Amino acid sequence: MNMMSLTELNQALQTKQISSVELTEFFLARIAQHDSQLNSFITVTAEQALDVAKAADARIARGDAPNLCGIPMAHKDIFCTDGVLTSCGSKMLVNFTAPYDAHIVSQFKALDMPMLGKTNMDEFAMGSSNESSYFGAVKNPWALDAVPGGSSGGSAAAVAAGLVPFATGSDTGGSIRQPASFCGISGLKPTYGLASRFGMVAYASSLDQAGPMAQSAEDLALTLDVMHSFDYRDSTSLDQPKPNYMAALSQPLAGLRIGVPASYFGDGLDAEVKQVIEAAVAEYEKMGAQCVAVELPNQAHAVAAYYILAPAEASSNLSRFDGVRYGHRCGDPKDLADLYERSRAEGFGIEVQKRIMLGTYALSAGYYDAYYLKAQKVRRLIQQDFLTAFEQCDVIMGPVAPTPAFKLGEKTDDPLSMYLADLYTIPVNLAGLPAMSIPAGLVQGLPVGLHLVGPYFSEAKLLNIAHQFQLHTDWHRQVSPLAQGAAL
Amino acid sequence: MALSEQEVLKIAKLAALDVSSQDLTQLSAKLSNVLDLFAQLQQVNTDHVLPMAHPLDKVQRLRVDQTVADIPRDKYQAIAPACEQGLYLVPKVID
Repeated sequence: MNMMSLTELNQALQTKQISSVELTEFFLARIAQHDSQLNSFITVTAEQALDVAKAADARIARGDAPNLCGIPMAHKDIFCTDGVLTSCGSKMLVNFTAPYDAHIVSQFKALDMPMLGKTNMDEFAMGSSNESSYFGAVKNPWALDAVPGGSSGGSAAAVAAGLVPFATGSDTGGSIRQPASFCGISGLKPTYGLASRFGMVAYASSLDQAGPMAQSAEDLALTLDVMHSFDYRDSTSLDQPKPNYMAALSQPLAGLRIGVPASYFGDGLDAEVKQVIEAAVAEYEKMGAQCVAVELPNQAHAVAAYYILAPAEASSNLSRFDGVRYGHRCGDPKDLADLYERSRAEGFGIEVQKRIMLGTYALSAGYYDAYYLKAQKVRRLIQQDFLTAFEQCDVIMGPVAPTPAFKLGEKTDDPLSMYLADLYTIPVNLAGLPAMSIPAGLVQGLPVGLHLVGPYFSEAKLLNIAHQFQLHTDWHRQVSPLAQGAAL
Repeated sequence: MALSEQEVLKIAKLAALDVSSQDLTQLSAKLSNVLDLFAQLQQVNTDHVLPMAHPLDKVQRLRVDQTVADIPRDKYQAIAPACEQGLYLVPKVID
């Protein structure tokens, strides 16, 4: 038996086959049993979850429960949760109990979805392996010696292990899609501005975007419907009309034009991953889609542009952590500069310090034009490539990552190789486009994700394209060994 | 491009990071490694290309200029490392 989808859980709750309290207890028990192996949660909020579950059951009994009411979920620890530790994976915020809820947290709270806890992540979302968390690395439920990907690795591992049916993530350079690929789940990064970033700890503000991570495209459609919400408190939040994501899933794909960039299948791509992606594209052709060759000539420069822009924005965003208003403060500061410098050096891990310094350098006097401005121009070229490609196709397909999940510790001594492995996901953030990862196969027992990239605000179409694949294949129903007992 | 240890110290100062306990040679090598990646961009022709700050070229939305209820100060200051009478405490700045 498979893990139940959100639609099935919804149905079971609404028809009172199961109560929210029972469901919440079931998942809390799974966390208690398995998470010591995975380390996917930083905080488990059992008591609060059960209180919300009781409220959900009462609402269901009254007959006025909305969709998703009573279904347990988890938030990446980057989202502020009122009264609950919000660490962002950092020693800097190890004592930070958020005084308010992120907009997205309020959206799910309003539905009485019990929050089981906060998931582990790379410190301040800076990483692609979840090894930079102050709370220790997360393990991949498919192979405990492999990374789950990052930075939303805790959310991905928890969903893949059946510890929670749905979790939130955030994606600055691939942080939803790459862990979704490595853990064999479905993940969506919406168009920049579609989901409010209010209360989401900022990394690189011109790139950061929140999104859902779940077992299937259908589950993503249900939860994106909640996350797509205008919020005046986030000045980049867009007041974009919301399509009916669920209704769009069933559209036939006949005539779909799939853009396939030859550059995605060149050197550096694992041969077996390549086969999986080609087989997935062939599956779409069987469903009536046609392939179109597209060129994205400037993508080769995306990683370099990203590692100027993201650290530059991070150096500014993370200046707020100064040991004064919240967060870590060093002992016995001798003066104000000492307070700032030691609090930050003690509170931030080495990868975060390195990125702050790179950003500070890129923005410093005499270098701004050569680095930041140049990178912003390259960013425009990358966007133009996509826009030109979308004149010939409806969706671009390729790999999410050049390999399946790598081993823990394999790349820690060579961070540059980890940066370069994000070559397929980063251009999408630079352009601000929506994109997904869906399970498309296994390579040596590890999942491989198919990358779907669409034009601005094409989330409904992307979910439709992903859902149709999932109706014809069962890769999304393959579960990790740790999830075997998660069937209800 | 290699950064000297002096340059690393200058950047650390600008970034308000105390790097005195770190191996500067190693830190400088790590930073220089990424700067080599930056250098790649100089080969790209960006003549007449406008810099891009927002994917949809939106401008910052401004909120209505009106007073709103205060944030709950006590709640926000309860998490401050050092606070007294509603004020955040820092080491003495002016003698």
